[in-house]
Amino acid sequence: MFYLKKYQKNSMKIIMSKNYFQVIRAGIFTTFQDEGRKNLYHIGIPFSGAMDKRNYLLSNKLIGNKINSPALEFAYQGPLLKYFGNKINIAVTGDVNFKIKKKDIIIDGNCYQSLNLENGDEVDILSTNKSVYGYLAIGGQIDLKYQWSSCSTNTKATIGANDGKKLENKQVVNISKLNNQSVERKLNYINTKIENIRIIKGTNFDYFSDKGKKIFLEKEFIVSKLTDRMGMRLDGPKIENVIDTNIKSEGLIKGAIQVPADGNPIVMLSDHGTIGGYPKIGVVISADYDKLVQLSPGSKIKFKQVDLSSAENLFKLYDLETQNLISQIE
Amino acid sequence: MIKNILNLGDAALYCDFGKEVNRETNTQVIRYFKSIQRENITSINNLSPSYNKLIISFDLKKTNFKDLKKLIENLDITNEDDLENKKIEVPVCCDENFALDIVRLEKKLNLKREKIYENFFSKEFFCYMTGFIAGMPFLGDLTGNMRAKRLETPRVKVPKGSVALTEQFANIYTFESPGGWNVIGNSPLTIFDSSKEASPNLINPGDIVLFKEISKKQYENYNE
Repeated sequence: MFYLKKYQKNSMKIIMSKNYFQVIRAGIFTTFQDEGRKNLYHIGIPFSGAMDKRNYLLSNKLIGNKINSPALEFAYQGPLLKYFGNKINIAVTGDVNFKIKKKDIIIDGNCYQSLNLENGDEVDILSTNKSVYGYLAIGGQIDLKYQWSSCSTNTKATIGANDGKKLENKQVVNISKLNNQSVERKLNYINTKIENIRIIKGTNFDYFSDKGKKIFLEKEFIVSKLTDRMGMRLDGPKIENVIDTNIKSEGLIKGAIQVPADGNPIVMLSDHGTIGGYPKIGVVISADYDKLVQLSPGSKIKFKQVDLSSAENLFKLYDLETQNLISQIE
Repeated sequence: MIKNILNLGDAALYCDFGKEVNRETNTQVIRYFKSIQRENITSINNLSPSYNKLIISFDLKKTNFKDLKKLIENLDITNEDDLENKKIEVPVCCDENFALDIVRLEKKLNLKREKIYENFFSKEFFCYMTGFIAGMPFLGDLTGNMRAKRLETPRVKVPKGSVALTEQFANIYTFESPGGWNVIGNSPLTIFDSSKEASPNLINPGDIVLFKEISKKQYENYNE
């Protein structure tokens, strides 16, 4: 059904299938992601997976993929890809500025809408607008390495798709099988931005002075440039510790907010180290995680405390809304 | 036994086994960890055993804190458990190019390097937990005169294979990573192998580790 073309380049053997993308520009941090891997914290491997889960799921649904198929996740500036092969469906989600370049025209791309690419077309993902992550889903089966039932690339542990590395210039992305359907699918959806991130008090909340607690819950912080898939560092007023700036090292989870000796909070994100020794002042609620990761460096952030039962209800709402959006795409 | 179960965020149980960091407490943690693992509870999606804590992450779509807490509290934890202590020998080369912090450590501990290495290589270590980065073992316990604080400014890059000390513990960097432990040598042994999905870690909680000094030449010719 498809043939393989082989050629030598820079002594590296590139094998291309009949349908493939040539990576002309890889973008700042482009990786393959799915829902991530479970039950590996105890050996030091975090969940990984798509940072903004809702947008990831929507991208797959828009092109008729299985909902947990691999998609390309990009940050800030995305990739420029040239497509070779039979007509293929793609969809972009997030708040993303992108273009489709055909033989003689350039079209402004619309997010939340399936699009066709033909042989020689290019998709140029210019930037995410005042956000961080966007998703490009591809209507077919991508040739990827799975480890522990997930293709999610974890660059720190070099595991997952693409030999555990981010996308690189000049590489190819092979599509082994194209989806049949080419019905156009569309969704009316606007990403809303929030500055208030809701948290639950952490297990070391009382390590901090009354003034420190007040600062944490009432003052504004700024997302620093030292933010990636592993963690988000925040700048702002210092949070004073009155007990101990170290705890006995213990497990960490996604969304946990650690405050090291310098008084600046760090929020653990999807590729976080699994063990940590700094006091945890709070944990971001599950319902707000997708919004949190979209806050770009320089953004303001304010934490608002909620109790456990509110957090559980807010998650139900978040999940219901996601399911609702998914079912609107048909 | 678990002293207390708190919630860590809305999707994790924080099980506290007491303040002390010792083998007894840690063995309890590992027993719970293994027993829960065996139960295959589908709503649980991660377990993080550490010195004296066990964090149980769960899928908020499938359960909630209250229900899972009840389930864990009523779980049968078998005591005469199969905590097999595997013994593992780890070769370490202490050539100056590898022992990045030995000079600093001599000062911190007020011990000559010969003595530091003598103490280090004559000790049997117990693996309390693995993690931070994939496969990194946390090994204890160093005696009182061998305990040093972390570097004041952590290194941005600690080389892969580095063997390092801090407080009562030793560890091995399975990847190049940022870190603040005092590096005293380097091991050519593969501690984490992601191609072995069933058992990627050479050293697991409960295992006993013995370090063995090797020369630069042995290091270079090392063949697993």
